[in-house]
Amino acid sequence: MEVFFYIAAVIAIISTIMAISGRNAIHSLLFLILSLLAISVVFYLLDAPFIAALEVIIYAGAIMVLFIFVTMMLNIGLEEKQEKSWINPRMWIIPSILASILLVDLLLALKNMPTVVVGKQVILPKQVGISLFSTYLLAVEIAAILLMAGVIGAYHLGSQKKKVLHRFLEKK
Amino acid sequence: MFSILRTIWLIFLHIFHKPETIEYPEKKPYLPPRYRGRIVLTRDADHNERCVACNLCAVACPVDCISLQATEDETGRRYPEFFRINFSRCIFCGFCEEACPTYAIQLIPDFEMAEYDRQNMVYEKEHLLIEGEGKYHGYNFYQQAGVDMGVKGKGEGLNEELPVDVNDLMP
Amino acid sequence: MEYIFIILGVLLIPLSIAAGLIWVERRLLSFWQDRLGPNRVGPFGLFQVIADTVKLFFKEDWIPPFSDKPVFVMAPGIVMITMLLTFSVIPFGPGFYVLDSNIGILFFLGNSSLGVYSIVLGGWASNNKYSLIGAMRASAQMLTYEVFMGLSLMGVVMLADSFSFYSIVQAQKNGWFIFPQFIGFLVFFIAALAETHRLPFDIPEAEGELVAGYHSEYSGMKFGMFFVGEYLGVTLMSAIITTLFFGGWLGPSFLPPVFWFLFKTFILICVFILLRASLPRPRYDQLMEFGWKILLPLALLNLLITGAILIFIK
Ligand code: SF4
Ligand code: SF4
Repeated sequence: MEVFFYIAAVIAIISTIMAISGRNAIHSLLFLILSLLAISVVFYLLDAPFIAALEVIIYAGAIMVLFIFVTMMLNIGLEEKQEKSWINPRMWIIPSILASILLVDLLLALKNMPTVVVGKQVILPKQVGISLFSTYLLAVEIAAILLMAGVIGAYHLGSQKKKVLHRFLEKK
Repeated sequence: MFSILRTIWLIFLHIFHKPETIEYPEKKPYLPPRYRGRIVLTRDADHNERCVACNLCAVACPVDCISLQATEDETGRRYPEFFRINFSRCIFCGFCEEACPTYAIQLIPDFEMAEYDRQNMVYEKEHLLIEGEGKYHGYNFYQQAGVDMGVKGKGEGLNEELPVDVNDLMP
Repeated sequence: MEYIFIILGVLLIPLSIAAGLIWVERRLLSFWQDRLGPNRVGPFGLFQVIADTVKLFFKEDWIPPFSDKPVFVMAPGIVMITMLLTFSVIPFGPGFYVLDSNIGILFFLGNSSLGVYSIVLGGWASNNKYSLIGAMRASAQMLTYEVFMGLSLMGVVMLADSFSFYSIVQAQKNGWFIFPQFIGFLVFFIAALAETHRLPFDIPEAEGELVAGYHSEYSGMKFGMFFVGEYLGVTLMSAIITTLFFGGWLGPSFLPPVFWFLFKTFILICVFILLRASLPRPRYDQLMEFGWKILLPLALLNLLITGAILIFIK
């Protein structure tokens, strides 16, 4: 089982790197989808099938489609030259120093962590639901309110005034 | 909502209808005599070519698929030297038949003229000219009007008046 | 060993059904339109399928030079893979399934949402106006209908108390779920039509206005994959409706359970074809409005009422 985990993890990392470094927007998005799928496999191997399925349905299935949709609409093709001129190699120095400090930090922290054995029990949809609506009820409600605000905002932006006149007869 | 269900139900009932299809090569469909199919050039009762090479059909043809060249025989009767119809362009509209003053060109109920080679769709006069009279029996253009071709004297046709003596026309 | 046979069966039965459907659909459609349909090749025209396949294989497989090649080649495969993968969680009979997953329905939903990519990417990679329009319509339509496709199934999940197809079928021993879940069935059926973009909801390909929509540029076996993928989708949706609402393999015991499953699936496939024969295509905005303003509230209402009744009973 562990082999599968490592395969999925390596695929996830490689495809994420490809997604970041790709020049073609759609190809990068495809690699991102691949990485999401790999992560979903990781979740499944960690005995969280429900989260794995949700990862595929919501992230890979719905949100990434919207990303691709928008990319298609805006017709973003190959990366433009201008963008290249903006990013020069020297800009990478400070962020990479900071990031490597963080990496060392993370590694040290991981080393000192007590090992946790995952996958002792399979977490089924039922358990997830029960804990969502008991322990984490408040978080769910807050998320729901947030989404409601999004829905109302989208409705407001998308709503059109009802037209009485034909568009040719309207006064400009 | 109800109308959608009704549509579905009515379409479903069609499974019990008799299909309209006629299975063609085994069963030939009935073609009425005025069906516009393959074009023929006909002869009159005396076995002479009806066509007088007047070019009216070529002019009437909307896709310009008729091409002919007029000539005369020793008696002065006009006939087409060649007469060519490109059936790969013909749309079987029947305008040529309509335009022809002599009933020479006729469309007959035959449509089985598929070819493997496109060039074979060009019919020459020897392919078009038939031995019979086609749809109009006993009709001879020279009996009705036109020059003296040994059928009748000039001006002696059925609905024809004698030629006017131009010398009489003085006021 | 037996397991391998089951896998092969589950792989080959849907594929052969999907291939055979090409013939079935043409014959049935022609009966409903007072025609005869293909009846020349072999007995009743049965070999038409083989003739068509041979034709597709020998056609020139053209990749347009202006297309995005890797994506263009990949797209038709996605639809086949996702559809065939979903068949692995469907029980064809007691003991005749590849995998009894406890997230079966979610697996199906995830796969069907991945299937969208096939159309979206195919349309985009073709680099053709009509394909792109088709792809955009497809992505909007399928995203929309996925939402309440999932919601309409939740009633069944509540009744059966499980996400696994196998236990859902077993929960229907005392009555098919179509009776308590009629609204859910209706919504799911309409959503299934839209998901498989079959007529009347074939707006992504709408040959009247978009040439062939997302697969205008495809030829040869790549087109064939889209084509078979569509029929696989029809088979899959019928199989899932059978499992969820019509009691799967359950039936009188004088015939084997697999027969009952295939029989019910076949009837549903015929219903799909009947709908194609009888209904006109709605406009794009009508479809969207119908989805968000009618079906979504209906699905939510169904969910609420089912939940309330279940709580009341227990
Ligand atoms: S039938 Fe019409 S198209 Fe054909 S030769 Fe006569 S005039 Fe031309
Ligand atoms: S076929 Fe008729 S219309 Fe055509 S040239 Fe001959 S006489 Fe004239």
